Amino acid sequence: MSGKVRITIDGKAIETAAGEKILWAALDNGIYIPHLCSIRENHSPFASCRLCFVEIEGYPGPVTACTEGAAEGMAVRTRSERVDRLVRTGFEMIMSNHRTECGVCPKNRSCALQKIAKERGLRLKPGRLEKLDRNLPVDDTAESIIYDPNKCVLCGRCVWTCKKTGSGTLGFAKRGFDRMVTTFLEAPLGESGCSGCSACAEACPVGALALKR
Amino acid sequence: MNANKTAAMVLDEIRAEALRSWEQMRQKTLIAVGAATCGRAVGALEVAGVFREEIERLKVDAAVIEVGCMGHCYAEPMAFIFKPGFPGICYGYLNEGLAARLVRDFLVDGDPCVEFALAADGVNDFIPTFQDFPRGLVEQKMVMEHCGLIDPENIEHYLAVGGYGALAAALAMDPGEVAKLVKASGLRGRGGAGFPTGSKWDLCRAAGEKTRYVICNADEGDPGAFMDRTILESNPHLVVEGLAIAAYAVGAGKGYFYIRAEYPLAVERIRKALDQAGKYGILGKSVLGTGFGLEIEVFQGSGAFVCGEETALIASMEGKPGLPRHRPPFPSEAGLFGKPTVINNVKTLSYVPYILRNGADRFKETGTPGSPGTAIFALAGKLVNTGLTEVPMGTTLRQIIYDVGSGIAGNSNFKAVQIGGPSGGCLPGETLDTPIDFDSLTRAGAMMGSGGIVVLDENDCMVEMARFFLDFTQKESCGKCTFCRLGTRHMLGILERITRGEGRPEDMDLLLELAGDIRAGSLCSLGKTAPNPVLSTLKYFRDEYEAHIFEKRCPALMCKDLIAYYILPHKCERSCDACVGSCPVEAIYSNEDRIKVINQEKCVKCNSCLVACPPQYRAVVKVSPPDLAAGKEKENDERKSQDNH
Repeated sequence: MSGKVRITIDGKAIETAAGEKILWAALDNGIYIPHLCSIRENHSPFASCRLCFVEIEGYPGPVTACTEGAAEGMAVRTRSERVDRLVRTGFEMIMSNHRTECGVCPKNRSCALQKIAKERGLRLKPGRLEKLDRNLPVDDTAESIIYDPNKCVLCGRCVWTCKKTGSGTLGFAKRGFDRMVTTFLEAPLGESGCSGCSACAEACPVGALALKR
Repeated sequence: MNANKTAAMVLDEIRAEALRSWEQMRQKTLIAVGAATCGRAVGALEVAGVFREEIERLKVDAAVIEVGCMGHCYAEPMAFIFKPGFPGICYGYLNEGLAARLVRDFLVDGDPCVEFALAADGVNDFIPTFQDFPRGLVEQKMVMEHCGLIDPENIEHYLAVGGYGALAAALAMDPGEVAKLVKASGLRGRGGAGFPTGSKWDLCRAAGEKTRYVICNADEGDPGAFMDRTILESNPHLVVEGLAIAAYAVGAGKGYFYIRAEYPLAVERIRKALDQAGKYGILGKSVLGTGFGLEIEVFQGSGAFVCGEETALIASMEGKPGLPRHRPPFPSEAGLFGKPTVINNVKTLSYVPYILRNGADRFKETGTPGSPGTAIFALAGKLVNTGLTEVPMGTTLRQIIYDVGSGIAGNSNFKAVQIGGPSGGCLPGETLDTPIDFDSLTRAGAMMGSGGIVVLDENDCMVEMARFFLDFTQKESCGKCTFCRLGTRHMLGILERITRGEGRPEDMDLLLELAGDIRAGSLCSLGKTAPNPVLSTLKYFRDEYEAHIFEKRCPALMCKDLIAYYILPHKCERSCDACVGSCPVEAIYSNEDRIKVINQEKCVKCNSCLVACPPQYRAVVKVSPPDLAAGKEKENDERKSQDNH
C-alpha cells in the first residue's frame, strides 16, 4: 500500500501517498472540499458531517472524500450537479440546527460554516427548511471556555481532541436529534473534571466551544 | 476420513437415545400446547396448566409439553393432541374451559370434539389437514417444518427429527466445500439487503486473520415483524445448527447470538439450547468428536433499532455506543474486535441446515432464479388470519394476503400493504400481483426487508402511515450523521404539518427532494432507506397528500385535526343516551327533539361516542374536513325553523 500514486482532482494531476484520503490530497494541493468532522490523524474517519462529497470516475454516485483512499489513476471531481445538491442540502440541514449569531460569535470570520458558504456560494439561512433551535442552556461554568450546544454541529472534533490531548471529559450522549456533546452525567464543564486546556475550543470549527473573552 | 466417520457416528449414538425417548413419548397420549410469545400473550400457559390439572385429576395417562408456534397465530392458544388411534388433531381458539372439556370428552370418553378442531396432521375421513387450507397450497416449509411440533427446550426432540445431521454432514466436508455449497445454493441474506451468504463467507475465509467470529443477528426491530422471534422460540436448535455450520465453514471458534433483550423467551430458549448442545458434545472443545472447537454465547442487545445494522451491532458488542461506521472495511474483513466476522440473520442461518441436507440444487428448485428458496413473512394488520407464513419466493402478494391471510378483516376493503418495515414501502392494489422476491419488490418501491407485512384497509391514512414510520426512524436514528439526524427530523416535521392540515403546496416537492438527498447522503442503511415509506406513499397515494394539503381533508378519516364527529339526526334513536354517557368532556347534549348533538367546540375527538353508539343505529360518523359537521348542524337548524313556520 505504500508508495506514491497519481490521481487527478478536477483535472489537476496530483501525486500522493497510496491510500491517502482524497480529502487530504485535495486540501494539500490547494483544492478546497467542504468538511467539518474530519481529522487527519484519525485513521477511522467519523464520516458524519456528510459534506465532503466528490465524484470519482466509475463510481455510481458521490462518495465522501474523507473515507475514500487514493488509488492509481483515480479521477476525482469536486463539483457536479449531484455533489452540489448533496452539499447544499447537507449544509442547509446543518444550518437549520445551528444558532446563527455571527455578529457576536467569537468564531466570526474564522468559522468553518462561513467558509463553506463562501466557497460554495451557499447561504447561511436554512432556505427551504425550518429552523430547529434546541434551546439548550449555555454552559459558562468552566474557567476558560464557554460551551453553547445550540451552535454545535456534532462534528466530534472536540471529543476526539479531548480524548487525545485533554482530560477525556467530553463525549457524545443521547441519540437522534437529541444527540449532543456533553460530559459524564451532563455535569457542567466547571464541575466535570475538565482540565481547562481549551484544546476543544481550538478544535471546534464553529464556535460552540470557545475561549472566554 | 476417520474423523468424518466419527462425527456421524457420534451423532448416531446420541440420536439413538433421543429416538428411543421420542418413540416412548409418542406411544401414549401427548398434548402439545403452542407456547411461543404469541400463544402466551393470549393465555397458552393457563391453558397448559388446565390440561395438566385435569389429567392429574382424572388420572389420564398423558403428557403435556410446551411447543413453539406453527404460524397460525390468529388461532392461539392452540394445542395438538396426539392420541393413539386418532390422527393428531389441532385445536384452536382454546380457553381454560375448553381445555378441561377436551381432557374429559376426548382423552377420557374418546370423543374428539371435531367441532373445536382446527385441523389434523394426517389425511383422515373427518377433519381436514393444514394442507387442505387455501394456504396449504401456497405454503412450503423449509425452515418452519418442525416449528410448533417439537419441544424447543428439549434437544432430544430436535435430534429425533433429524437435527444436527446437517452439522455432521458439514463436518465431514472441507470447510471450503461447505462455503462453496452455500454459495452454489444462491442463498441470499434474509436480513433485508439480500447479499449472497456464500460470498460473505468467502470474504471472511479469505481474510488473513486466523481468529474469526460468527454472529447470528437476532436484533429484529421492525414494527410488525416477528419472524426471527418465532423461529428462535420454536426451534432454537435449528439456528444453533446453522450458526455452527457457518462457524465451521469460515473457521470461527467463537459464535454469538445477538438477541434483543425485549425477547426474553427467545434468549431463555437459545441459552437452554446452547447448554444442551454443549452437554451432548455438539458444541464445545470438540464438536461431535472432530476436534473442531466452537463456543457460542448469547449477547443481549439493549433496545436500539440501529444495532441491527452490522457495524453498529459490532460496536455495541465491543462495549461502545451502538453507532454505525463507514464501510468498507466490511465486518467480513474487520469486524468484532477488528477480526473477520460473519454476521447472518436468524432466517438466513435457518436455511443452512436444509441446504446441507438436501443439496444446493434441491434448494434452488424452490423460488425464483434470482432469489431461490422460501421467504418467511409475519402477517399483521387488517387481516383475518394474522401470523407467520413460509412461502416460496416469487409468490404474489395477492396469494399471501388472500390465500394465507384469508383477506381483509371486517367489512372493509384493501388499500395497501406495507412491506419491509421502516425501510420498506406501501404498495397499492395494482401491485398485488408482484411476485415477492428481493429484486421485484425493490423495483416496485418497497423492500424485502426482514419480512414484516402489515396490511392496511381503507380506514388507514397513508400520510399518517408515512408519518408513523418517519417518527419511528427519526427516534431510532443514532444521530451520528447529518442527513439521518436532521433530514428525517425535517421530513417528520413536514408530514406532521400535513396531517395537522397545515400543509403547503410546495411540501410534496420538498419531501421528494429531501428524500432523494437523505437516500444518497446518509452514512448507513437506516438513513438511506428511511425515506422509503414517504417515497412509496407519494408515488402511489399522491391523491391523499393532495387532499390533506389542498382540501384539508383526510380521506381515510384518520387524522384527528382534519375530522369532526357528527351525529346523523335521522339515525339517532333519541331515547338512548349511550353517547352522552361515554363522552369524557360532556360535549354531547340533547336538542329539543331529544336528538343528540355534539358541541364541536368542546369535542376532543376521542372516538368514545362512535364506539358507544349501538351497532343497530350507527348514528355517530366521522366527517372530513371538520367544518362539514358545523355546516350540517346549521342546515339542520334551518330546516327545523322552516318546519316550525
